Amino acid sequence: MKLIYEKSQSGRRASSLPHYENLPSPPDLPAELRRAEPPRLPEVPEFELVRHFTELSTRNFGVDTGFYPLGSCTMKYNPRINERLAALPGFARLHPLQEEDGAQGALELMWRLQEILAEVTGLDAVSLQPAAGSQGELTGLLLVRAYFTARGEAEQRRKVVIPDTAHGTNPASVTMAGYEVTPVRTDPRGNIDVEDLRGKVDEHTAALMLTNPSTLGLFDENIEEITSIFHGAGALMYYDGANLNAVCGISRPGDMGFDIVHINLHKTFSQPHGGGGPGGGPIAVRDVLEPFLPVPAVVRREEGGFGLDFDRPQTIGKVRGFTGPFGVFVRSYAYIRMWGPRLREMSEVAVLNANYVLARLKDTYDLPFDRLCMHEFVLSARTLKRDHGCTALDVAKRLMDYGFHPPTIYFPLNVPEALMIEPTETEAKETLDAFCDAMLAIAREAADEPELLKEAPHHRPVKRLDEVRAAKQPVVKYGFEEHAQPDAAPAPVSTQAPSGV
Amino acid sequence: MTHPFLALTESDREEMLRTIGVGSVDELFRDLPEAVHFDRELDLEPALSEQEVFAHVAELAERNSDASRELSFLGAGMYDHYVPAVVDAILQRGELLTAYTPYQPEMSQGVLQAIFEYQTAICELTGMDVSNASGYDGTSVAADACYVAKHATGREKVVVTEASNPQVRQVVKTYAAGFGLEVVEVPHRNGTTDPDELERTAADAAAVIFQQPNFFGCLEPAPDLAAVAADAGALPVAHVDLLSLGVLEAPGRYGAALALGEGQAAGNFPSFGGPNYGFLAARQDFIRRMPGRIVGETVDTAGERGYVLTLQTREQHIRREKATSNITTNQTLLALGGLVYLTWLGPQGLRELGETCLSLAAYAKQQLEERAGLEPVFAGQTTFKEFAVRVGRNAREVVAAARDRGIHPGYALGRDYEGMDDVLLVAVTERRTPEEIDRLADVLAEVVG
Repeated sequence: MKLIYEKSQSGRRASSLPHYENLPSPPDLPAELRRAEPPRLPEVPEFELVRHFTELSTRNFGVDTGFYPLGSCTMKYNPRINERLAALPGFARLHPLQEEDGAQGALELMWRLQEILAEVTGLDAVSLQPAAGSQGELTGLLLVRAYFTARGEAEQRRKVVIPDTAHGTNPASVTMAGYEVTPVRTDPRGNIDVEDLRGKVDEHTAALMLTNPSTLGLFDENIEEITSIFHGAGALMYYDGANLNAVCGISRPGDMGFDIVHINLHKTFSQPHGGGGPGGGPIAVRDVLEPFLPVPAVVRREEGGFGLDFDRPQTIGKVRGFTGPFGVFVRSYAYIRMWGPRLREMSEVAVLNANYVLARLKDTYDLPFDRLCMHEFVLSARTLKRDHGCTALDVAKRLMDYGFHPPTIYFPLNVPEALMIEPTETEAKETLDAFCDAMLAIAREAADEPELLKEAPHHRPVKRLDEVRAAKQPVVKYGFEEHAQPDAAPAPVSTQAPSGV
Repeated sequence: MTHPFLALTESDREEMLRTIGVGSVDELFRDLPEAVHFDRELDLEPALSEQEVFAHVAELAERNSDASRELSFLGAGMYDHYVPAVVDAILQRGELLTAYTPYQPEMSQGVLQAIFEYQTAICELTGMDVSNASGYDGTSVAADACYVAKHATGREKVVVTEASNPQVRQVVKTYAAGFGLEVVEVPHRNGTTDPDELERTAADAAAVIFQQPNFFGCLEPAPDLAAVAADAGALPVAHVDLLSLGVLEAPGRYGAALALGEGQAAGNFPSFGGPNYGFLAARQDFIRRMPGRIVGETVDTAGERGYVLTLQTREQHIRREKATSNITTNQTLLALGGLVYLTWLGPQGLRELGETCLSLAAYAKQQLEERAGLEPVFAGQTTFKEFAVRVGRNAREVVAAARDRGIHPGYALGRDYEGMDDVLLVAVTERRTPEEIDRLADVLAEVVG
């Protein structure tokens, strides 16, 4: 379909703006600061705008469209009431620098959410500020740094241990926080290899970063021993909360021994993923780390009411503007209030659904670790590839023809041809069965008619796209000059910047 | 009782447990060591129905003095611009709202094309060659730029002007601790940055970050600042307001290497601080150092045009500890709001909006001077939609007194700047009418007197 820029016609517009009479004319701007050439924004009437973006939406697939078992992303239902609440003018039009007495409702909501997250994680203090999981990770690592700096151990403790199954964000965050990665292997049961670990944790270790259950969907059976190794060496334990949907009300990171946890509000607590964001990445910490949390802290005042506390002399500072993505908090708070203590049931059903799909598929696809899973599991298409030349990618593309969003593929990295499947608690058994039937049918197709997989998808708006070409010759914006109409006005001069460096 | 967000019946559960080969749901958790089994119920208030949760949360919303209840001249980084209905309508399309990062392009052409169009709009506005799909907000993208600059130059210092948003400076400092970067600030002189003073600081800097218009609303000598930075071998980084770029020059045209900023004003509600989007654009030289998602154009096997996430070898899921950033989830939906809004405005609307802001702010300055005797703090400076006035007494007291009269008059700059306890930063968007500005002036006349 056409780009909005290709629908543009000079002189059209969708906006009408207020025109105030008798205002002074705008002040003269110095010539070197004044815009020389107008930006080529689209020129379309309002209905054209609506049709364009509506058509784009029909070329997209969300949880509202259908089953979306994208592993480690927790693509659950996003209740519509949350959208209505976040849009209330008392929230949407509230300025973040409003005085405390004019923001009591917002502050109370945040304080209540902090209390809930502390209870769910089993920790003492919460900062809602980080904008997403990976920013939560970075914040957590900066807390580790501040903690060891205060103890005079910052120079000595330079290493952060990360298992080979970890999300890529973990090692990237470690580098950004100025630490070095110490990788640790996975054992044959899918746990951290404790023997490998022992040799790697010492007085130079700052922390462990662990997702538990792991990205394999497996709960680490040796978690107590791991905790004692790290705490025994004076190091801290960081919990990547990407998979918290497995354990709400069942097991708490704080009780497992973790000192810092980030929570992905867009996963476990139902903030819609928005095509890539927004997210929310609050962190919960043990009391010894509280003094280092970002400012401002949301507090309940002794004299009553709620406020923002900027007076935290040991704070790491700020990782984001204001107090965090407030609209996300509204949605997650409303969501949690609709579950209450029944959050446990949410996690139980997420785990039940995952195990059911696993049970139906494990005789057809390879299962690298034959255990009960938690909220997700990882299969391998290794045999399919060996016997029929069909890869995990081919399976993923063929699933689209059956009307399902594919699982996460080629992750974690220690499983070849990985298919990482997370059904979430949302889905009905009929949906799970239809998905399993499709996966089984695809395995048969791979044997009988492999081209069906290799040429898939057959029923999407586009066929397989050439990603190599996109990366080799990057075209990352519309080329007005290349697409200029022969009969149109001459293309404006290039806005190429003068080379300054 | 069945929960509205669950679907399994009792017989479903039994059949599923049989298929799995366990006797109960509890048995599914047998790999958890006994000691980490949570042995009580979560101490949370009982579940509410939708109607009850609406009543409870709406009551919390009622207790806030938002801009629909209190005439507000607050800005200081977030602004009460009008968000047209089309933005809400498009962002509430479930196919866009409830999708995730477009890892599977054939399922996600809608959001991929939208991001490509967004990147184009950002490049057009800023005069840059490449934009990412968004960062968290206007503060974190400034920190991202420092990481780009550190690796591009191999230098270990960044310079930020003191007239840049204080929260941007604070976030840059927080991240810099991890990056191993020293942060140096250049003071303002009468509300703007002196290029000569910058020159003395910029030596050995990886980047010079300045804001246009700056935090006080004043127009910086941006081309001079960029030139000084470039001469010192530092990357000139312009923190800009998208809505100013219909009237103010594109940073790419005056030599900025990176242009970035807070996108909220363009298409997002203030929402007590977010979610909103940060935009980050750069010259072609830095395309492979960019943090975050970038969408590129390509073709499918039938030769038809399509869009994919591209240059992914920069990113954490491929490059891990050597990635250009740890970012994965970004602010795509809010950036989409930005694209819809900018499309709604069009080039004409953007210019008109900028001119309206300029005129209204000029009118406000005039009225504050005539009716309340308040003078701009920074004499002779050109401002865009925000300006600082001295109110002759503690500005926080003035805010409180004006709010008692139903008007929030602006931001007390003493919260961030020494010696400015009696200074108010007043923001005027197109939503403020001349009559409302008159009311502000009258109320201030009452409370400063």
